[in-house]
Amino acid sequence: MEIPYVVQPRPDTGLYNAKLGIWLFLASEVMLFGALFSSYILLRIGAAPGAWPHGLLNIPIGTVNTLVLITSSITVVMAWASLKLNQFNRFKMFQGITLVCAMLFVCIKSYEYYDKFTHYEVIMTDGMVADGHLVEKSDTHITLKHVAVFHEGEGTAGDHHGEHREEMRIEAAQIRKMENYGPWHNTYLAIYFTLTALHALHVIGGAAVIAYLWGPGSRMWKTDPERFTNRIEISGLFWHFVDLVWIFLFPVLYLL
Amino acid sequence: MSGHSPHEIKASVRRYLLVFGALIVGTAVTVGAYYIDIPSVAMTVALAMLIASVKAFLVAGYFMHLMSERKMIYGILGSTAFFFSVLMYLTVWAHGQAPPGTVYLGASIAAAQHAPAAHPPASH
Amino acid sequence: MQSTTSQTGHTEAHDAHHEEPGFWRAYVFSTDHKVIGIQYGVTSLIFLLFGFFLMMMMRWQIAYPGHPIPVMGPILEKVLGDVASGGVMSSDLYNSFGAMHGTIMVFLAVVPLAFAAFGNYVVPLQIGAVDMAFPRINMVSYQCFVVGGVVMMVSFFIPGGAAQAGWTSYSPLATSIPTDGQTFWILGMVFLITSSLLGAVNFIATIIQLRAPGMTWMRLPFFVWAQFVTAFLLLLAFPPLEAAAVMQLMDKVAHTSFFLPTGLAIGGNLANVSGGGSPLLWQHLFWFLGHPEVYVLILPALGIVAEVVANNTRKPLWGYKSLVYASLAIGFLSFIVWAHHMYLTGMGTAISTFFQTTTMIISIPSVVILTCLLISLWGGSIRINTPMLFALGFLPMFGIGGLTGLPLGLNYSDIHLHDTYYVIAHFHYVVAPGTIFGLMAGIYYWYPKATGRFMSEFWGKVHFWTSLVFMNLIFQPMFAQGMAGMLRRMVDGGVNYSLAKVGNDAIGGLSDTMIGMNVGISHAAWLLGVSQIPFIINFFWSITHGKKVTSDNPWDATTLEWQTPTPPPHGNFATAMKVYHGPYEYSAPGQSKDFAPQNEPMR
Repeated sequence: MEIPYVVQPRPDTGLYNAKLGIWLFLASEVMLFGALFSSYILLRIGAAPGAWPHGLLNIPIGTVNTLVLITSSITVVMAWASLKLNQFNRFKMFQGITLVCAMLFVCIKSYEYYDKFTHYEVIMTDGMVADGHLVEKSDTHITLKHVAVFHEGEGTAGDHHGEHREEMRIEAAQIRKMENYGPWHNTYLAIYFTLTALHALHVIGGAAVIAYLWGPGSRMWKTDPERFTNRIEISGLFWHFVDLVWIFLFPVLYLL
Repeated sequence: MSGHSPHEIKASVRRYLLVFGALIVGTAVTVGAYYIDIPSVAMTVALAMLIASVKAFLVAGYFMHLMSERKMIYGILGSTAFFFSVLMYLTVWAHGQAPPGTVYLGASIAAAQHAPAAHPPASH
Repeated sequence: MQSTTSQTGHTEAHDAHHEEPGFWRAYVFSTDHKVIGIQYGVTSLIFLLFGFFLMMMMRWQIAYPGHPIPVMGPILEKVLGDVASGGVMSSDLYNSFGAMHGTIMVFLAVVPLAFAAFGNYVVPLQIGAVDMAFPRINMVSYQCFVVGGVVMMVSFFIPGGAAQAGWTSYSPLATSIPTDGQTFWILGMVFLITSSLLGAVNFIATIIQLRAPGMTWMRLPFFVWAQFVTAFLLLLAFPPLEAAAVMQLMDKVAHTSFFLPTGLAIGGNLANVSGGGSPLLWQHLFWFLGHPEVYVLILPALGIVAEVVANNTRKPLWGYKSLVYASLAIGFLSFIVWAHHMYLTGMGTAISTFFQTTTMIISIPSVVILTCLLISLWGGSIRINTPMLFALGFLPMFGIGGLTGLPLGLNYSDIHLHDTYYVIAHFHYVVAPGTIFGLMAGIYYWYPKATGRFMSEFWGKVHFWTSLVFMNLIFQPMFAQGMAGMLRRMVDGGVNYSLAKVGNDAIGGLSDTMIGMNVGISHAAWLLGVSQIPFIINFFWSITHGKKVTSDNPWDATTLEWQTPTPPPHGNFATAMKVYHGPYEYSAPGQSKDFAPQNEPMR
């Protein structure tokens, strides 16, 4: 028993099985991210006027991460082209760069998350808001750095309003409410964390497959080069899709 | 399969590098547009989405080889794109159709308390 | 070229046959589509029974509110603790059972049985394929299904019990119930959705890529078409629910406010949430799946009924092409009708009108299918056997279910009927005596292929007639109750609600007749449970004691699944299949027999 069209395309459809399979899977992924994207739009147009926060994320870091992902996309396609040209060593090199890019992307993303989790909004008993990064926390006081101070209800962290201080010490008794910029803080951060975390999971999953095909899985090049090239093409299609999602996420979450 | 002879692959590689360059430029333009202050929100959104769509088209068309893909794949992706737009458009339409006063906007009420002339709670 | 590859493929299969896979590889971690189909079938039948059991318990509470449940009451108390203290079903337990009855029946019983079990077993055989396109993904799909099922089952035993917010899990209710049942529900759903997606990809790829030579699109048996459309519905409609599930999980676990509006009050206090979310967003995403899901439930059953009807009328299906195009139209339209579940959410009139219009339009292809099947009976020399009885029973039952849906699809009448027992009666007519009858027809029909023996005809007929009678005794009175205004989901079956009545003739409140029907319905439900006993015994007893088949094609059928050895071995066909004509060449003039198998050229 052998399943046909595993390697060679079926004449009437022009596709081998896995290629059709990955495109079907990507179609469902379009609907998954599409639904979240629609949710983003609905939440945003449903937000109270002026309530949608801006400027909470670091744009240069986001730009660098975008470039990292674009670079990984070109190396993935170059790796596949190298196999087509029978240059296995170049394939190894390009796909190695892809993996480095993937790791770099996840590291940068983790740093951004860390940055948000240490970013606090402290509402004080006198109605002032201190917004900055937590340096130190004890039972009696907290210390924030790079702090913006403004009246409650007058702007948000990203607006660059208010008075700026390098460092600020706040006594525990002065604090009415203190919350970091995690997904629970507002709906924008909720959708930001959900979308980027789901995207990061896709990056990690895709990188795991690429790493397998780069390492132990590449033995198939010796036994069945055509099928191996197909596998690289399919993992590449998934990788490009992940890149494609980011192309939309970056302006939507960072810039608009 | 056609399009995959060594010669053609080499031609594609040149195209990949061009696309790569275009993607870098696109990213630069997107970020650049952010720092230029465009007065209209609609224009800002439209520009960002336009650039993103062009970049997405380049990735899908060239890196994912959709420019020379089979009809079957076009059919699947076309219907997916259609149903995605149905989902997005109809939910947004339904939201916009909600009768006035039925959407509770607590934050704007709070804002209205701070400044009496501020936005009335209305739906969009 | 194709035939040579298949020939060599066959010899390999022969060689492989000698190295028998061990028990675990052959029955538990098998990649063979037939084994996976049977695994799905048995698992989902068990869930079907369990989902029905939950409802039988609830029917006691509805008929005799506050009385201890006989026999099962003490057991429930022992297993679940305080929620069933004294053997009485508490309202929390009632809510859990209600939510889990819906969830289990839809996601763990009927869809896996209709789509995954029959699809896995029959589709590759009917298209002349050796297996599914991705056998290992197929196995993973079943494993995800089992994990999802286990998570759902475990949730009964965690503190606070299983999810209580209905199978629709509307937020903010679902999010604000302080127990973990909903979290388990979401996690279970993520596994079930993943399982369905993997299955859908596999089915579509298999049907497109692995059709035998000569099996053109218009020569596919209608069942394959039905599965093909169903797979697309699952592929494109499930991901939005997965997205919604992820967001609800974030609401539960990370305390986000995707579905929690500003100013949300829980128990009279302002909830400690950031707000800004949209409860309607959940409903949109849920019903974007929820409505196509209805057709996921019904299309495979229509496919099975078409196969059984063609085989037992001994003539071609009337309007094969109409059936195919109608199911494609249903598939397309089912994506743009979802908000007819949401008329009462305060949508604007324009959007209501839009969804009302599309809803009316989708009834057209449904009626086309039903009409084709009915006309197919005309002038046939009908063989009455158990599968045919179930198929014939399906037709009027599905008709009732479909036609009673029209008043719900029109937003004026829906205002009165929404959330009443009328709704329950309507969709149960579609799914219970509808789909499940279709699935039963399929079980009795393909059983001889899978086991080499028939199920008992006599007990099959007993099963059919008792089920038919009790199904109708359960669901017909519910139409009356619903039209009288009895709301669903009431733990006391409407007793408290009816205290508001001013008199038996007055408008408002429920008459004693309406409340009294609860008792009759409950007894019918328990008797329906009893009527399944002959089926369960028949199902297992016939594996070893049923009447043996005398040929590989005991029903004299035309489609390819009957051209294999019985039961089909690994790799399915003894020789490579080649298809010469359409699927339903029964009683074609000038032939030696009254049926022409697809792999035999016609004279």
